[in-house]
Amino acid sequence: MNTATRPIRVLVAKPGLDGHDVGAKLVCRAFMEAGMEVIYTGLRQSPEAIVRAAVQEDVDVVGLSVLSGAHLPLTRKVCSLLAQEGAADVLVLVGGIIPPQDVPALRELGAAGVFPTSTPFEQIVKFVQEKVQR
Amino acid sequence: MSENRPVIWESGLEIKPVYGPAELAASGGDAGIGRPGEFPFTRGIHPLMYRERPFTMRQYSGFGTAAETHERFLFLIKNGNTGLNVAFDLPTQCGLDSDDPMAEGEVGRVGMAVDTLADMEEAFADIPLNDITVSMTINGSAVPIMAMYFAMARKRGYDLATLRGTAQNDILKEFIGRGTWIFPVEPSIRLVGDTIEYCARHAQKYSAVSVCGHHIRESGASPAQEMAYGLAIGRAYMRHVLQRGLDADAVARTITFNFDIYGNLWEQVCKFRAGRRLWARILRDEFGAKDPRAMHMRMIAGGGGGGLTVEQPENNIVRGAYYGLASALSGAQTMALCSYDEAYTIPSEHAARLSLRTMQIMIHEIGLCDTVDPLAGSYFIESLTNEMEAKIQAIVADLDARGGIVQGVAEGRVQAEVNRHAWDRERKQQSGEVKKVGVNIYREQEEQRPVEFHPYRDEEARKQIQRLNAVRARRDAADVTRRLEAVRAAAREGRNVMPAVIDAVEAYATVGEVCRALKDVFGSYQEPVRF
Repeated sequence: MNTATRPIRVLVAKPGLDGHDVGAKLVCRAFMEAGMEVIYTGLRQSPEAIVRAAVQEDVDVVGLSVLSGAHLPLTRKVCSLLAQEGAADVLVLVGGIIPPQDVPALRELGAAGVFPTSTPFEQIVKFVQEKVQR
Repeated sequence: MSENRPVIWESGLEIKPVYGPAELAASGGDAGIGRPGEFPFTRGIHPLMYRERPFTMRQYSGFGTAAETHERFLFLIKNGNTGLNVAFDLPTQCGLDSDDPMAEGEVGRVGMAVDTLADMEEAFADIPLNDITVSMTINGSAVPIMAMYFAMARKRGYDLATLRGTAQNDILKEFIGRGTWIFPVEPSIRLVGDTIEYCARHAQKYSAVSVCGHHIRESGASPAQEMAYGLAIGRAYMRHVLQRGLDADAVARTITFNFDIYGNLWEQVCKFRAGRRLWARILRDEFGAKDPRAMHMRMIAGGGGGGLTVEQPENNIVRGAYYGLASALSGAQTMALCSYDEAYTIPSEHAARLSLRTMQIMIHEIGLCDTVDPLAGSYFIESLTNEMEAKIQAIVADLDARGGIVQGVAEGRVQAEVNRHAWDRERKQQSGEVKKVGVNIYREQEEQRPVEFHPYRDEEARKQIQRLNAVRARRDAADVTRRLEAVRAAAREGRNVMPAVIDAVEAYATVGEVCRALKDVFGSYQEPVRF
């Protein structure tokens, strides 16, 4: 599926009703500056629509940005839908306002990386570059 | 810090080490200052300002069900809040009922869940609506929520003509930041127009719109951009409503403002002083307002979350106090401060009380209400008020030259511009060029402290859905359908939708049903994604 020449493809998504999109858009820009191909879903996406877009666009990474507190149910839904679609190999990242006590639960659900607000972009970009096998 | 290093504010203004008469003259002099309470209101909109009445303290609050929110309201009033600022949950703000599939996990989470008039009635039970002014943070679904508030007030015997309060109801800024839009840009503005017109005719003391530079700033705009976009949005609503043959004075009195405070103290003060006189001039010169009160930029100016940090959260208590100071030195009518835990959660009671006490200390202990506009006449403040005014005007002129704010928002250009600014600032903060205590300087190895988070309770969401179903079962379904059809007809035929929506919610039509009826006519907004 992945060819060595293809840049890393990332879908940045805003699941649920949360309208805080500053962070998501900044992370999009950070990925773009690092040479990745970025698709941003815009606000208010259902988990179904996010997974559909991820499969159609054949992305390597899905980044979920949640600042409303609904990160656990939304991540659960996205990860299980990805598995159903046979896309469990897609790297799932979660960013936003994530209480430290929820990080283990998010990993359990299938989030490979959890990046709370104020994580330096370099750290997120490096994580993706290392984890996505070319 | 070296003396030679330039000092440049976020808005792009360069600051000199010393200001005197020559600098003030070079910036345009002091002719535009005037007296407090007199045009152009640089020094404040009232002659006596806080000597007569201190700023209103209005903390943002609301969560869970109407019953829980009601309890929190009573707690805040008991502790000296003189106004309420209602937070609604995201389904309510996006025009969805609590049992909508998209509402799952969000019911009552970031504010109070309101599905029907019954929730509104419970939330405000026994609260005297004319002693405690109520401000509602509602935008995309402002039409049904304002209708419910008016219906509730009427049912309790209040005359709408004497009802005071504010709806945020600034949809243009929702497209730029915050994101609780529902309908496309043009019909959204028309709906704001309907609420303004309704208030100008029937609820003259109610502020139909609070134009929010606040969230635009929180999305990354500079202070000058915040004020410029706020002025442009206020003008767009004025222009729209004046086409309906209303009087400029009557319309202007229904429009208030909401601005953000964080960052450089002086920059905020100059932003407000400049903004006040620009708005007064726009009203007088562009719209022909005659009544000086219609030219007032009445505002809530509060400490924003954008300046707060998750790191070393107690530092936010100190930041909040300085933001409050900036607000008071700027002559705000109403103040709200983000609580120290608000960078990561809904404020705990403890944190909310501390914010309230911060404002009370300002009023009662440190002399902030002793005299009007104490910074007036400072060479520095007056020079930079002049420079800020020019900067804001230039941004507004540039917007106008490119088709205006409405077109800019519809095409996503304004959003892209704000996002570019957010990127620049974030880069500067991550590289250490912009200093943030506890984040990029004086960082500490913080132990994982137990943090009090506001828990999400599924059983409260279930209760809310049960309540909604009970209301649905009780009401006259055929009557509701008829009234919703009248809403559709008003929307389709270009009549003001407010009377029909009030009619519908009085029969316990839900927020979701009203918004669906309007969507049937207007369609839904498609977000332009641009970087």
